[in-house]
Amino acid sequence: MKVIEAKIVVLGSQGVGKTSLVVRYIGKMFSKHVSPTIGASFFTCNISVENARVKLQVWDTAGQERFRSMAPMYYRNANAALLVFDITSMQSFTAIKGWVKELQSNVPEAMVLSVVGNKSDLESLRAVPYNEATQYAATIGAAYCETSALHDQGIEKVFKNTAISLLQLSSSNLVSSLRSYDSTEEKIPTASTTNDRATHTAKVELPAWSIDSIAHGEPQKNMCC
Amino acid sequence: MASTSNDNVPQHMNAPENASDELEPGACHDSILNPTDSFEEFASEMSSSLRETCLTTKSSTISEIQSEILETAEDPKLKAAKSSDDLQTKDGSMSASASNSNLIEENGDDTDDDKDYLQSPELVNKEKHVFILSTAGKPIYSRYGNEDKLAGLCGVIQALVSVIEEQNQDILRFINTKDCKAVFLVKGPLILVAVSKSNESETQLVLQLTYAFNQIVSLLTLTQLNRIFEQRRNYDLRRLLAGAERLIDHLLVFMEKDPAFLLGAVRCLPLPEKARENITNAITTTCHKIRDLVFAIMIAGNQLITLVRMKKYTLHPSDIHLLFNLIRSSESFKTAESWTPICLPKFDATGFLHGHVSYISEDCQACLLLLTVQRDAFTTLSQAKHTIAEKMRRANCLVAINNALNRNEELSTTKPLKHIGIPEIRHFMYKCKSTAQLFSSDPISLDRLQDYRLRHKEGGDIVDKKITKLSDIDYVRNYRKFCNQIHCVATPAKLIFRSSSQDTILSWVTNGFELYVTFDPLMEKDHAIKAVDRLLRWIKKEEERIFIMNAPTF
Ligand SMILES: Nc1nc2c(ncn2[C@@H]2O[C@H](COP(=O)(O)OP(=O)(O)OP(=O)(O)O)[C@@H](O)[C@H]2O)c(=O)[nH]1
Ligand SMILES: [Mg+2]
Repeated sequence: MKVIEAKIVVLGSQGVGKTSLVVRYIGKMFSKHVSPTIGASFFTCNISVENARVKLQVWDTAGQERFRSMAPMYYRNANAALLVFDITSMQSFTAIKGWVKELQSNVPEAMVLSVVGNKSDLESLRAVPYNEATQYAATIGAAYCETSALHDQGIEKVFKNTAISLLQLSSSNLVSSLRSYDSTEEKIPTASTTNDRATHTAKVELPAWSIDSIAHGEPQKNMCC
Repeated sequence: MASTSNDNVPQHMNAPENASDELEPGACHDSILNPTDSFEEFASEMSSSLRETCLTTKSSTISEIQSEILETAEDPKLKAAKSSDDLQTKDGSMSASASNSNLIEENGDDTDDDKDYLQSPELVNKEKHVFILSTAGKPIYSRYGNEDKLAGLCGVIQALVSVIEEQNQDILRFINTKDCKAVFLVKGPLILVAVSKSNESETQLVLQLTYAFNQIVSLLTLTQLNRIFEQRRNYDLRRLLAGAERLIDHLLVFMEKDPAFLLGAVRCLPLPEKARENITNAITTTCHKIRDLVFAIMIAGNQLITLVRMKKYTLHPSDIHLLFNLIRSSESFKTAESWTPICLPKFDATGFLHGHVSYISEDCQACLLLLTVQRDAFTTLSQAKHTIAEKMRRANCLVAINNALNRNEELSTTKPLKHIGIPEIRHFMYKCKSTAQLFSSDPISLDRLQDYRLRHKEGGDIVDKKITKLSDIDYVRNYRKFCNQIHCVATPAKLIFRSSSQDTILSWVTNGFELYVTFDPLMEKDHAIKAVDRLLRWIKKEEERIFIMNAPTF
């Protein structure tokens, strides 16, 4: 079976629900009392798709402003990014655009981008029109999904889509930091932290980041997650 | 600080029998902590002239460590990686984010509302207020109420400070009224003010403000703080502190109730000597090859379990207190391994260390901090943590830690008073000066701290209700006055004995230790001194459990 190892970074403003999303997906639970992330939290998970396994290292970053300048440390070498905003806050949606610009100028390699509108359960308070978010996502070649960490809606799909796109990205052989191997040849490290991919392996020079080099999210028939 | 003469001290107290040729309890030759007198800080604060209030950043310990590691690094690849690892990149983007902040300009129209607001229940009848503002008069933090509505008050504070500075070439330090003290501290671009009706002295209040300032430095670094205000005098710092107010809230409560702050000392988790040794070994054997690691610190419930350090470097108790506060206040560390910048103001106020922070395991609430100067070290440290946890589990250290945390009755250190068997002693606290460590008979349990915090969060109002059962917090309250007299710079006392119908309190300071004891009321002096003698011998006997008696390095 083909195994790929990838790093994914979760970005977005304070309180949009990044940790709630990740904990919902990985821990299968929702707590009303998640507390603000300090720096960044590290999670790992495995996703099986199309006869392959994607091992994800998830960096859930802090949205607090004082950590803003630390972000490069967390998105360096990332192969995918979840750009999370809160559908009830236009400001949090605007912030996503800043993140995308920053990734575009700082991450040289192709990346799978997904825009995620969280708190879809608060439809009555919606401030970001669905269409606006979809259109924006399209301009950056990202998929758009709406989720609710509270009601566990759409989250599975966000991660699954990301995994599928990562798989495509790895077969394109464009990305040197995306490690893939066959599990029959190489033993899969069991402990999440025993893999050494995150350390500084020399990088192959690649053409600068551009829209064309982004892996597009799985084309979606039904954009509503 | 106290003088070295012992004139007032009864002869037999100087040299308890059998202990005369020994070191005082808890003392050892090497200390992991900088021995300090928290009151020294006050003295230096007070002697600062007007010119010096603008903080200059002295040379950076972090860059010193980085270049030292570089010199010894044979691997050229490593060198390249390191040299790119300076703080410039993030500082660059920080200044960018500071300048495109949208500044909300207040206008003066709302001063009438402000006046009313000052009379609102949110603000009146509080035991102690703390306000932080910028030297431009912009509100940054208020312990109670909403600092947004305090723009008027901040304007007044700023005016007071600057009038005295400009017209009198002087510094505003205190304003005393009949029932209330206001203490001012100008530090770099910030003005900090405490308005208190408590029995805390000016010295103690200034110390608390200094801590609050250091808490902010710990979040931003002094370099960043200074630079932001150099670029934009009017900057609204709340933007950068968003979400961190609770750290200051918690710190203020923590300082009011924990004698560790009063004494400038760190409390250790009492552990069997062997258990602590095993924990330390688990760390040193795992980490000795990780060259950029500066400190490995294990803590639980605001107590230090062990600290392993890079040769030459020790920590100041106040930096440890800030780490305690960070861990106590940040539930999110319990969710997953974290990787976060941390600035330790006394160690190096100019830059961040990178911290790997994690709890040892689901079934053990000890938290391990691995602090490094290398920002790419996460994976290495994450592996190290798992190895350490595994070694600790195999050596039964987790059980030992849990026993101590759950205050297992079988441990002599859980209820020391019962164990010592001197019924007249109600409470005591002891600080070993050379190692800056503290032990008290009744450490605040976390639940009780929670009660206290709730009480203060939901009001902090002054209540006249008579306390029926004294807690550690109340004893510490009583010691404050004595502590202050003992540390009085002009006329330091060596020994204070006060007997009243409520209780008898003895405070005693020597070159080696500070001791505060509360006895039953109307104790005879002789009797008290005999009891203290026994108490000191008990502490000596238990010192290997209640203190960290060595200073391990990687
Ligand atoms: N109604 C609703 N609330 C949510 C949802 N997801 C998260 N929240 C709430 O939003 C708040 C913030 O959630 P977090 O997961 O801590 O947000 P975050 O983005 O990780 O915040 P930082 O770590 O500070 O950047 C919490 O009170 C959550 O309970 C959701 O899908 N619906
Ligand atoms: Mg979070």
